[in-house]
Amino acid sequence: MSGVAVSKDNEDAPRAQEDLVVLSGVNKHFGALHVLQDIDLTIGRGEVVVVIGPSGSGKSTLCRTINRLETIDAGTITIDGKPLPAEGRELARLRSDVGMVFQSFNLFAHKTVLENVMLGQVKVRRTAKGEAEAKARALLERVGVAAQADKYPAQLSGGQQQRVAIARALAMGPKVMLFDEPTSALDPEMINEVLEVMQQLAREGMTMVVVTHEMGFARSAADRVVFMADGRIVEQATPEEFFSNPRSDRAKDFLSKILHH
Amino acid sequence: MFDFLDSGQYDLLGAFWVTAQLALYSAIGSLVWGTALVAMRVSPVPLMRGFGTAYVNLVRNTPLTVVVVACSFGLNQTLQVTLGGDDFKEIGFRLAVLGLTAYTGTFVCEALRSGINTVPAGQAEAARALGMSFTQVLTLVVLPQAFRAAITPLANVLIALTKNTTVAAAIGATEAALLMKEMIENEAQALFTVFGIFAFGFIVLTLPTGLVLGWAAKRLAVKR
Repeated sequence: MSGVAVSKDNEDAPRAQEDLVVLSGVNKHFGALHVLQDIDLTIGRGEVVVVIGPSGSGKSTLCRTINRLETIDAGTITIDGKPLPAEGRELARLRSDVGMVFQSFNLFAHKTVLENVMLGQVKVRRTAKGEAEAKARALLERVGVAAQADKYPAQLSGGQQQRVAIARALAMGPKVMLFDEPTSALDPEMINEVLEVMQQLAREGMTMVVVTHEMGFARSAADRVVFMADGRIVEQATPEEFFSNPRSDRAKDFLSKILHH
Repeated sequence: MFDFLDSGQYDLLGAFWVTAQLALYSAIGSLVWGTALVAMRVSPVPLMRGFGTAYVNLVRNTPLTVVVVACSFGLNQTLQVTLGGDDFKEIGFRLAVLGLTAYTGTFVCEALRSGINTVPAGQAEAARALGMSFTQVLTLVVLPQAFRAAITPLANVLIALTKNTTVAAAIGATEAALLMKEMIENEAQALFTVFGIFAFGFIVLTLPTGLVLGWAAKRLAVKR
């Protein structure tokens, strides 16, 4: 089961060219713990894949291997046809094309909101300052925090910080966006403002890998749900199919625990 | 009480000026060298890490007198290194700056390393995820915050450095401690006055350092 990519038009030949992120035979250990076991996963261009599963199932680790914040022990990962390089300039170049949003926002605390969104453009992309600032302001406007541009991250609410973090990643013009539990550190009333930005991104056709516990988001925005448990991909299906008719016992058990209260 | 100063025999201000210059040049040198050392200590290259760790542990635990005297006897008298100095005084001064920098750099390195530990690892990860190189992550994200967090321990290091310049007397740099030795020999009747003068001179040099940097630490603190 875990080897099958269940994108909508999987059999079409042109679709294969549209594969943006391909993981095959990926394995990783943390000491004795086998956190990723024979992961095969293909993410098509423009596809929104939501990864769910119980804590410790390896879903965050999976997300972090895609831009090599976690190394892998075996298997291959390709992005846009190119295998993930080892450390060095090549890897940095690839990372600049892969946006990442973290659970704990990780904004640069000594820089203003505007500077946070400009830094990557100016230092990595070598964009001129004026151009970078215009783009940063437009992105901040888009995620609804333009009024906070000159503040420091610590002066913002969690939801605002996370939206700035999304703008910071988007400023690089990424091919794919990785979201590692983007709402897990937020107060409940701030979750929606972040999810709305993500919904909007999904509608605009951004390729997204989202690790989350927000089942509502999975239902409404995902093209495909990937269910992980114990380091394996147990099941993947469209959201309607997965939530109404999960096939594996592990998924049934998981859903019964989170949906019935 | 201070009448022996009127003879014009002792150039107090000149001696303290040399002390201040020693402290200033060594401070600049050790900030640069300490930053380079800490970059090595956190670098992903095992050879650099190994060198940084070995250097810090070796030099930090060697008495400063040994380091400074080694510069004079080892580098200058044995290997004929003059660092471009023309006479004995100038060579002594430059070698003293070298020795003080080599020694104080280790303490700067460790103060900065404690500062680096205050920067959440996630910020370095976010910087790498944007495609920054190791050097960019360090210079744009980690070190600016580490410096601000390390101002208080760095002030300690700079105050210690200012006082440590007295060791340069051992290799003939014409700074305050050398003059003090001369005055103690010639003016034994005013021993405590001499001590008082030099203690006061050093307080004048170090107290503002502590006050200014204490204020800067508060002013520049990164809000989290």
